[in-house]
Amino acid sequence: MNRYDDLMEVPDGWGFVTSMDRREFLKLTATGLLVSVVVEPLLALRAEDAQGGRGGGYPSDPNAYVHIGADGRVTCFVGKIEMGQGTMTSLPQLVAEELNVALTAVDIVMGDTDVCPWDMGTYGSLSIRQFGPVLRLAAAEARATLTHLASERLQVPATDLVVENGTVRHRTDTTRSVTYGALTEGKRIERRIEGKPELEPARSYSVVGRTAARRDAVEKVTGKALFAGDIPRDGVLHARILRPPAHGATLQSADTSAAEALPGVRVVREGDLIAVLHPHWDEADKALALVKATFSPSPSTLDNANIFEHLEKTAPAGRTIREGGALADGEKLAATMFEQSFYNAYVAHAPMEPHSATATVEDGKVTVWASTQTPFPLKSQLANALSLPPEKVRVMTPYLGGGFGGKSASRQAIEAARLAVAVGKPVRVIWSREEEFFYDTFRPAAVSKVRSGIDTAGLITFWDYLVIGAGERGSEHIYAIPHHRTVTRGGWNANTPGLHPFAIGPWRAPAANSNAFARESHIDTMAAKAGIDPVDFRLKNLSDARMRRCLTEAAKTFGWTPRPGPSGRGWGVACGTDAGTYVCTMAEVKVNKATGEVRVVRVVTAQDMGLVVNPEGALQQMEGCVTMGLGYAFTEEVRFKNGEVLDKNFGSYELPRFSWVPVVENVLVPSDLPSQGAGEPAIVTIGAVIANAIFDGAGARVRHMPMTPARVKAAM
Amino acid sequence: MRTIAFTLNGAATRITVDETRMLLWVLRDDLGLTGTKFGCGEAVCGSCTVLVNNQAVRSCALPVGEIAGKQVLTIEGLAKDGALHPLQQAFVDHLGYQCGYCTPGMIMGAYALLLKNPQASRADIVRGMDEHLCRCGAHVRIVKAVETAASAMRGGAR
Repeated sequence: MNRYDDLMEVPDGWGFVTSMDRREFLKLTATGLLVSVVVEPLLALRAEDAQGGRGGGYPSDPNAYVHIGADGRVTCFVGKIEMGQGTMTSLPQLVAEELNVALTAVDIVMGDTDVCPWDMGTYGSLSIRQFGPVLRLAAAEARATLTHLASERLQVPATDLVVENGTVRHRTDTTRSVTYGALTEGKRIERRIEGKPELEPARSYSVVGRTAARRDAVEKVTGKALFAGDIPRDGVLHARILRPPAHGATLQSADTSAAEALPGVRVVREGDLIAVLHPHWDEADKALALVKATFSPSPSTLDNANIFEHLEKTAPAGRTIREGGALADGEKLAATMFEQSFYNAYVAHAPMEPHSATATVEDGKVTVWASTQTPFPLKSQLANALSLPPEKVRVMTPYLGGGFGGKSASRQAIEAARLAVAVGKPVRVIWSREEEFFYDTFRPAAVSKVRSGIDTAGLITFWDYLVIGAGERGSEHIYAIPHHRTVTRGGWNANTPGLHPFAIGPWRAPAANSNAFARESHIDTMAAKAGIDPVDFRLKNLSDARMRRCLTEAAKTFGWTPRPGPSGRGWGVACGTDAGTYVCTMAEVKVNKATGEVRVVRVVTAQDMGLVVNPEGALQQMEGCVTMGLGYAFTEEVRFKNGEVLDKNFGSYELPRFSWVPVVENVLVPSDLPSQGAGEPAIVTIGAVIANAIFDGAGARVRHMPMTPARVKAAM
Repeated sequence: MRTIAFTLNGAATRITVDETRMLLWVLRDDLGLTGTKFGCGEAVCGSCTVLVNNQAVRSCALPVGEIAGKQVLTIEGLAKDGALHPLQQAFVDHLGYQCGYCTPGMIMGAYALLLKNPQASRADIVRGMDEHLCRCGAHVRIVKAVETAASAMRGGAR
């Protein structure tokens, strides 16, 4: 069977309601059944985000709405956004399943701060694993309410009723039935539930677990899909903004007269914000080049060569994440001890869509269409920046052209809004690629230091891990080790001012890529020294059943046969956990020993992510993780000097290309556990699996990412 | 400023513009065709790819003066009579995208490739698409989609 035969057919043009204003929302919800769900403390992970801008005190505001109208259509309102990960398709699947309606009867409105309930942001692979149960709870409540109404209407005990495709009917007497739509017609019913979503994991699914056609498909292949910089507005002006040449450089003087002399150009100077506006992006850009500005030099003395020493010297004090046993005891048990350091460069998010926003001011209300992963926190930032009450600010999120964590920061949206207020016209800000590199919140450079030991049987006796700069996520070891300690110093979300020469932030599976690289490279080093096959060595030291299963599933698909490394075959293995999901990745590489160049032949990943909602969607995410991971493994390293970001475009900062892509095979390990994260886990092992495959092929242990030909050669 | 006559998605079009401006921004800002995307501005990512006289060009680096008298095809002009082009259909069927931002350029680049070489092998496709960047990592499915479309087009579909 063709794997696509299983796609559920959906008509074009349904599903994604891209815009609904407050008035339309009130009109829609004036009749019908509206269920709102308040969950605490599940979604209160970041209480600071909840402060301000939300009206009414958190957490009494709902986290999700589901509405059912007289036409039987179901609309869910969620604060999440769609950036390619596919939740605009998989979240409605959950609702359709719980309500027992056709998937085509479910609409979704996403990330609009005027009509959607507050949400902290779309990150951390949380949309399905954490928010999914909330939405299911709303749908389950709706179904219970409708069944109760049907029981009254049909004069039948609720226990004798079943729901089928949006119709409640008597179990045996088929003449007694009523549709959801008819039950809500002419009524206004509101249900509000509070508490924890405790849903039985269903045993039989009809919508969940099947691949659903993506709702964005036709729009995205026809060019009709609108991104934040595409929103049409009469009289809209593009703004190009004066930028410093380096982080830490401050503006001394600016002469804008030559730019202002150009026809059609407007210049705005507002404190630190100097912008040149024109109806055409390119003409605004030309005018910006005429602004004569001087800046004080950046005080930063950091560059790629001295950054690691700086991090070690300057990072905040260590925090013990986890410890057990006593390291001194483990050292006594060790027959062989190991000590290694690992290094990671700064890595850019580099979404194909640069940060963009379109802002308007109408009747004193600011509306911003923004490429942002955090519309609700952005709304609060906008209200603060513009000194407006929260109800005068609306953030809308059209399609995002990739995020990967980089669009958690939304500076461009604030710039667009400030300029729209300043000129009284709609304003677009679309960053150039150079600005995108300059203001990116990079994945931080990091240093990991591991000390360990094994006994004569190849069992790990102690593990002493310190990570500087990357962060906590994925830093805990995953093996059965009696004596161990894991310490982190700083991290992507825990840094002291001045530690990094520019902004850093969450990058797809933040910290976990750096930690898995160090841990799994080190495990491989131990296995090789012990003369044990790296898969056998892991199995020997793993007690976690889920991880053991991923490892054996991957080995089966890969066709792994045990041989101690370096075997010359160029085979590597790496394990990891992220966002509740377990992954094991195996790879085959060819190393050119003369040049240090590496070609990846094949990558196999086995992933246990709990219940899979949309299998093809999950596989897409895994493929994306593997391909994107090749970038940080081989080429991606932001070059910088004295506050200047030297990489300004893709000419020097190289992303993975078609010609790099190996044969990619992914295995979804069947699981009845609740759904876990899908968007990030499979990327965390890529650096390590490549490093281990290089070692197996060429005997070269590369401890510095990216693993450029020069570094591979140097390690040989 | 100069008046430039050309054919845009099959329709005779005249615009009066500074002829040194790049086609990308004229398409987006003057003509309202926002399906063509800005990605890098230096012709290195492929997001802005359109066809000029059936050749793929990077519209961010093509002065609009150079399209005078020529046929320009953008993503908006590929579907005809309400039916998706086989390439578009193949991208839908194979889920050949994630965020969708590079997709218009990918499809136009692949279209030009298949016009030039209807017999394109998998290796030809990989080589021909190598200058198109996709950050989501949809590459595997994009290659499958282009292979499927190539076969459909050889079979007589447009």
